[in-house]
Amino acid sequence: MHDFEYCVPDNLQEAVNLISIHRGAASLLAGGTDLILLMRASRKRPNLVIDIKKISELTRIELGHSELYLGAAVPCRRVYENQEVAKKLSGVVDSTKLIGGIQVQGRGTVGGNLCNASPSADTIPTLIAYGAKAHIVSAQKSRNVPVEEICLGPGKTSIEEDEILVNLTIPVPPRNSGAKFLRFTPRNEMDISVANAAAWVELDESGQAFKSARIAIGAVAPTPLFVESAGKVMLGQSVNDDVIREAANIAQDAATPITDMRGTAEHRNHLVKVLVTRAIKAAVQRARGENV
Amino acid sequence: MKNRENFSDKMRVVGTRPVRPDGLDKVTGRARFSDDFHLSNILYGKVLRSPHAHARIISIDTSKAEALPGVHAVVIGSDFPLIDHQMVSQGEAGLADMRDISDNCMAKDKVLYDGHALASVAADSPHIAEEAIKLIEVEYEPLLPLMDVCSAMAVDATPIHEHFIPGAFIAPSEEYSANASTIKMGQGDLKQGFTEADHIIEREFTTETIHQGYIESHITTVNYDINGQITIWTGTQGQFEVRDNLADVLDIPVGKIKVIPLEVGGAFGGKDRIYLEPVAALLSKKTGRPVKMSMRRDEVLRATGPSPGSYIRLKMGVKSDGTLTAADVHLAYEAGAYAGGPVFLPVISCTTRYNIPNIRINGFDVIVNKPKTRPYRAPGAPQAMFAVEQVIDELAQLLGIDPVDFRMKNLTKTGDRLLPGFPCQPIDTEMMLRTVKEHEHYNAPLDGPNRGRGLAYAMWFNLGGISSARISVNSDGTVQLSTASPDMSGTRMTLSMQAAEVLGIDVREISANVSDSESIGFSMPTVGSRTTFATGIVVCEVAEEVLLQMAARAAILWEIDPEQVLVSKGLFTNLSNSNQQMSFKELAGKMHETGGPITVHSTKTAPSFIPLIGAHLVDVEVDPETGKVEILRYTAFQDVGKAVHPDYVEGQMQGAAVQGIGMALNEELFYDSEGTLKNASLLDYRMPTALDLPMIDTVILESPNPAHPYGVRGCGEMSIIPPAAALANAIHNATGVRLNSMPMAPHKVCAALNQQ
Amino acid sequence: MSTKTHVATTINGEVTEFLCEPRQSLLEVLRDVLFLTGSKEGCNDGNCGACSVIVDGVLINSCCMLGVEAQNSSVFTVESLASEGDLHPLQKAFLEETGLQCGICTPGFLMSAKALLEKHPKPDEQQIRYWLASNLCRCTGYDKIVRSVMKAADVVAEDKA
Repeated sequence: MHDFEYCVPDNLQEAVNLISIHRGAASLLAGGTDLILLMRASRKRPNLVIDIKKISELTRIELGHSELYLGAAVPCRRVYENQEVAKKLSGVVDSTKLIGGIQVQGRGTVGGNLCNASPSADTIPTLIAYGAKAHIVSAQKSRNVPVEEICLGPGKTSIEEDEILVNLTIPVPPRNSGAKFLRFTPRNEMDISVANAAAWVELDESGQAFKSARIAIGAVAPTPLFVESAGKVMLGQSVNDDVIREAANIAQDAATPITDMRGTAEHRNHLVKVLVTRAIKAAVQRARGENV
Repeated sequence: MKNRENFSDKMRVVGTRPVRPDGLDKVTGRARFSDDFHLSNILYGKVLRSPHAHARIISIDTSKAEALPGVHAVVIGSDFPLIDHQMVSQGEAGLADMRDISDNCMAKDKVLYDGHALASVAADSPHIAEEAIKLIEVEYEPLLPLMDVCSAMAVDATPIHEHFIPGAFIAPSEEYSANASTIKMGQGDLKQGFTEADHIIEREFTTETIHQGYIESHITTVNYDINGQITIWTGTQGQFEVRDNLADVLDIPVGKIKVIPLEVGGAFGGKDRIYLEPVAALLSKKTGRPVKMSMRRDEVLRATGPSPGSYIRLKMGVKSDGTLTAADVHLAYEAGAYAGGPVFLPVISCTTRYNIPNIRINGFDVIVNKPKTRPYRAPGAPQAMFAVEQVIDELAQLLGIDPVDFRMKNLTKTGDRLLPGFPCQPIDTEMMLRTVKEHEHYNAPLDGPNRGRGLAYAMWFNLGGISSARISVNSDGTVQLSTASPDMSGTRMTLSMQAAEVLGIDVREISANVSDSESIGFSMPTVGSRTTFATGIVVCEVAEEVLLQMAARAAILWEIDPEQVLVSKGLFTNLSNSNQQMSFKELAGKMHETGGPITVHSTKTAPSFIPLIGAHLVDVEVDPETGKVEILRYTAFQDVGKAVHPDYVEGQMQGAAVQGIGMALNEELFYDSEGTLKNASLLDYRMPTALDLPMIDTVILESPNPAHPYGVRGCGEMSIIPPAAALANAIHNATGVRLNSMPMAPHKVCAALNQQ
Repeated sequence: MSTKTHVATTINGEVTEFLCEPRQSLLEVLRDVLFLTGSKEGCNDGNCGACSVIVDGVLINSCCMLGVEAQNSSVFTVESLASEGDLHPLQKAFLEETGLQCGICTPGFLMSAKALLEKHPKPDEQQIRYWLASNLCRCTGYDKIVRSVMKAADVVAEDKA
């Protein structure tokens, strides 16, 4: 590995100052489950590694009345071990429990997963489906961006060199809503998703019709995709196989999968439909109060 | 001559389950594996590897690397002595071209696969060494790579080696084309055989290149001292093979090299050759300091010894009553960048468990731009079995005959002529199939959609070969047992158990170790299912000789003829005066006054081609929407002759079965069109995890092997052979589709289902 | 060129100080600086679990953590399992149930299993398999590893009762 300096700012301002000065020559270290491997492979060679795990704004996880505050450096383990979060945001639990195994979940963070911007990231479709926003801060300004606008391409985000992702906010979903994240991997754990999908649905009082829906898919395009039209086509419709199939078809049309060592384009294309269908159905069950 | 009781009596130790003493170090983290070994004053070496699958090396400039602070030396191909292409016997590995081995360790004029070593540095830390090799500038002339057997065998294929020498693994092969040599075997009249058939099936199969996947990488520490003496500390399957190969590659006398074997973190056939050793030796020579070199995981997957991908064509004919009449088998196996892959082994073994009177098997050893292939537990057999057992299954279904009955009908039994021409040595093949058919798993209902059960039956052969052993008796009755067989999974215990059985003492009185190449006689590596069997034979013989010598000591003490001493279960008795008795321990205490300490050493060759048989049954459920195959239930049957330590036998069966499952469903080395390996990590080289499997049930059968005192057959390899075929047959029964391409990955299952 | 960082930690219950470069992983520090070679390197990229250790009560891959991050942390490795000559029930179970063959993955499995039993004292087979899914073994096929953990779980539960 190349040689670098390491520092641990204990407040956000200090971190922001450092990143203003060093910009692209510095990298932020949270769980390290991406950065350390990238450095080892020489794909990132920062002069300075800034450890952000001592900054309270980044390590806080708090479920408020209307939203979940999820610090960018909170490891997956702390997300799914939080009973309240597990109750209210089961889709986020799906994602954080599937990433890379227990050891990786002990360190890897949702914020880091977003910033790494892998097309097959396991938390991003879920964040999109829940309508999450990213709170990004620089020396000059701060902004809140819908998660679906963060990823620009494999490994590339709209976060500038002098900005830090501080936290995500996920709206607390209303009653009669549910979400599910699903992925396909050849092994039962440890693999990068061949394709994945997240569905968030809100049903009407009777539980028989869709009031609102958000569908996101991953590993089938250069970035995770928010398929807005798939969700829109479900609005006001009855919960039935035809409607779900139509939404899944729209999602499939939005996908532009490639063939690589993890899967073929044909198979990925086929899986989008299967996973979106299954995710919507499971989200419906959860919206109806079933434990799936 | 001494009298003693017959060993067919019930055994005291063999067949029990004592805890292995070396296990303590392994559960406490104290066991010394290759990377745990430290020397003071050490330097760290790293290798620069080719990014091209095929290229000429135009120039190498190491000046910037040498200038980096902390770098002490550089070694490139021209630092190696120029040696001829000389075929040297490698024991069980057949013949090997030493020039090829040298070139594989470091390329000279051409690089022949992605990852081929071509330069190296030694530096103060591994990090500095890694950064240094990035500074080495190489000019390449990329050439077209050939990445599969069919392309490489094509009539107009460009020769990868300007000077092609047909390779040999166990038997010599003949040149076939620019990149391929061939080995044939057969009997009878093929044309006639197919004429007699009522049904004929012809099928094609492909399998991908796979890797042994041992969790421990390759690490070696080498010291080349001022007297030209080389010492190597490394976990290896064969310290003598490392020594002898290194002597040839560096063109120095064998007596100048000592190899000290450390614990091995998995090998399965992949760690009995040299890769880093000559490089480290030359770096050590240049720097005057010991050099430790290790491969990163991606280097292991890119640049060690995978198991071959293959193209197989199989035509079989059968009569309506289920009698096989003819088989025409084409096995084209990757040799990798250098000739001499394992294709000969499946040529002799892939059909001979069935009596097929008219048969032709053509094996092809094909050069491709991938690393040189190495054994992986029953080398080449799983690939061939994937083809043959599917066709057998298809023929049985075609005729409506039960899968076990069909195999029974054509079954090779003791005394039947095997394809290589000699009779099948004693083994109860009928008992195996009968046990399968009567087993609860075979008869359990399997309800539910997309579920199916598959069977595969295989025969393999034990390697015998040369082993050495030494037993020293200590005056307190404890015993030192030394062999040269590296212990990968508990063989120090299984050999101790055999010694304890013969000597009549408690196994805990025996301290077993694995000796270095200077401290014991020559031995072939721990390969070929041979250790508990072949080294066991020598251990038993040595133990017998120890008893003989101890009986002679008792005779001195009692002033009788040695023939008057009865030895049985650790007790020495005067036949003419049964009041005179001594235990092994007591007699050991008298050694010094009766002639001195007792140490016996022997080197022996054990017979090869001991038949081994196994059968696997698997239940699967296939998700038709995704193509994912879930294993519901798995039973492995194997005849081990005599299970010295049943827990270890079960462990071998389970571990090998899971390796077979991995290659069947998900494992492959994935190369792009330029020949670059894309999945050089354990993330994307997908070996099974604990969550992918159920318990692996085992059934141990014992039809004794007369070549071993306790009837032991080798057991390490067999269980890797049937899984792929059994799974393929199960998937067919679950879905109606046959997969002819291994691994049977989800996208292939899905595609096949969609075509239905 | 970075200077070496001075790190103060507690390792296996003992106050420990070391010097390391920022680029050295916790695994490298344990093995090459502190000579605690029980934790093993299998892949160096978080995909095999052979380097599993427990840091501040959390099971992690030590290859995916920098040594400098261990400042003021508490680290437990396989060397901590046996106490005063007595093996941990997991170690005993792995020996008795033959949950190891070559042994290279064993330290990682022991630490993962220890973390599992601390969190789920009575795991069933599926829970064990799920928890251990990120520890690779190439020798055993996992059957006897799972059985070893089950046996240890029973022993630990009995000891507590």
